[in-house]
Amino acid sequence: MSAVELKGQALVAGAAAGKVLRLEEPLSFWGGVDPVSGTIIDRRHPRCGESVAGRVLVMPYGRGSSSSSSVLLEGVRLGTAPAAVVLRELDGILALGGAVARELYEQSPPVLLLAPADWEALPEGVDAAVEVSGRLRIAG
Amino acid sequence: MAAANTPETVELTERDRAMLEGDFGEAAAVAMRILVTMAGVYGAERLLDIEGAHIDGCLYHGDSGVDFAELLVAGGARVSVPTTLNVGGLDLLHPEEFAGTAERRAKALRLMECYEEMGCRTIWTCAPYQTTPRPAFGQQVAWAESNAIVFANSVLGARTHRYGDFIDICAAITGRAPAVGLHLEENRRGRVVFDLRSLPRALRSASWVLPAIGYLVGERCGNRIPVLLGLEQADEDGLKALGAAAASSGAVALFHAVGITPEAPTLEAALGHAEPEEWIEVGVSDLRDGLRSLSTAPGEAEAGAAGSVELAIDVVALGSPHFSPREFAELMPLVERHPPAGGVEFVVCTNRLSLGELERTGNLERLRAHGVRVVVDTCVVVAPILRTPAGGVLMTNSGKFAHYAPGNVGFDVVFGSLAECVRSAHGGRLWRDPELWP
Repeated sequence: MSAVELKGQALVAGAAAGKVLRLEEPLSFWGGVDPVSGTIIDRRHPRCGESVAGRVLVMPYGRGSSSSSSVLLEGVRLGTAPAAVVLRELDGILALGGAVARELYEQSPPVLLLAPADWEALPEGVDAAVEVSGRLRIAG
Repeated sequence: MAAANTPETVELTERDRAMLEGDFGEAAAVAMRILVTMAGVYGAERLLDIEGAHIDGCLYHGDSGVDFAELLVAGGARVSVPTTLNVGGLDLLHPEEFAGTAERRAKALRLMECYEEMGCRTIWTCAPYQTTPRPAFGQQVAWAESNAIVFANSVLGARTHRYGDFIDICAAITGRAPAVGLHLEENRRGRVVFDLRSLPRALRSASWVLPAIGYLVGERCGNRIPVLLGLEQADEDGLKALGAAAASSGAVALFHAVGITPEAPTLEAALGHAEPEEWIEVGVSDLRDGLRSLSTAPGEAEAGAAGSVELAIDVVALGSPHFSPREFAELMPLVERHPPAGGVEFVVCTNRLSLGELERTGNLERLRAHGVRVVVDTCVVVAPILRTPAGGVLMTNSGKFAHYAPGNVGFDVVFGSLAECVRSAHGGRLWRDPELWP
């Protein structure tokens, strides 16, 4: 496979790299991710038990609680946040967690919005890198 | 897909710019910076004035929330519009209810104090729409807390986008919010119809079933606005339960119930006189699926199955969103007839307004005499309140508790009607009401 390059909209701009954790189902960070460990704790979520820490978290959008921004922020503070979040649909609540992390800790995982067809093209487990410009590269 | 606007292109007023530049203090500058960033994220052309706010950021999730509040307090933050507070991490009236560490208690308390210092009203409830003056139809507000958002938009017809922790207080300090999403008329029309008309009439008017309807609506509509067709006689407590469940399983911030909610006098009006994107028929089997997905306890028979099931119940938790005086009035005779067994922990979460009424009527004493604990200012899925060790089975009539209890407090859950919860607590094992299903 040759390298793939996708262009998205950087909701929270930044550069990061990691292995893709691809969630087909949306996930609420609050009640869904333990900020201390970065583990998915929503027992109804098919990927419950896996860790989002350091991963390029690919998910369609967030759901549920409006406290998800807090959980993402706390993850940034504790170093358990995803390396980057890649969304298919605009999700203000996660971007907000990132924007506040910038303000408070001068760092945040980039939050990227991709066109649905591009979002579909991101397979589980590949190495992906997000650039400040909103470009996303998959290693070939 | 890509929004046309960025923080650089958001149209700002002179006052907005003055805030950004620090003329209104450092906290207002931080707040405006975050708002402008978020306006860019949402693709807003401009900000708009809001007339009220409800803040979710006062609940302790970790030190980062305290860091942010302290940054604002140190910068001289004051809210500029009437602002209410959601639950905190402590029951301030009953400090003995807190079962966490002294360190966590101190931090949760400090966070609550920070928001009080910024001038917010300390109502500490996730059901502000049942306690304080409510936003009027069409009024622009900035609310956080998913169940409060969906109630404000759907039942009151007020206008708030689906806000989260932090932007809520930024809006309250500046009196501004991005002009996007549900603030704008054109984004409020229903997209997906849930047709309930084939359900037996008795089910369509049963309050116990509304969380299950909400839950399945949230699961299937995702982040599109649902229209419920065929719902009967839902009162505000019922709509509160339905909305809270829908906002747990999905990203629902507004629903229309034809003939019930103010923007849905007719199906056509609810759809904004456009064609729906999808039409979903909801039958009895879908409802049973919705009920099943609300319970996680292993081997749990489906809700409404006749007779007793051999499943021990360790905890009954009610009041998410916070119990109203009317809900207590319904609970009272049930508990008097079937008080909880000694080994079952029975907790009801509510706000100070309901508590005051319970005290006046003597019902608080009666509930306590039966071993029912009434917790205010907070709730059992956000704070260490339960004394029963995690790993047991928690029963509730709340779709929101049912959704969050497994992940947040480590209990398996069983969903049931209020009467089922009370009878199960009485016997210490799951009791199903044979008359729930027509």
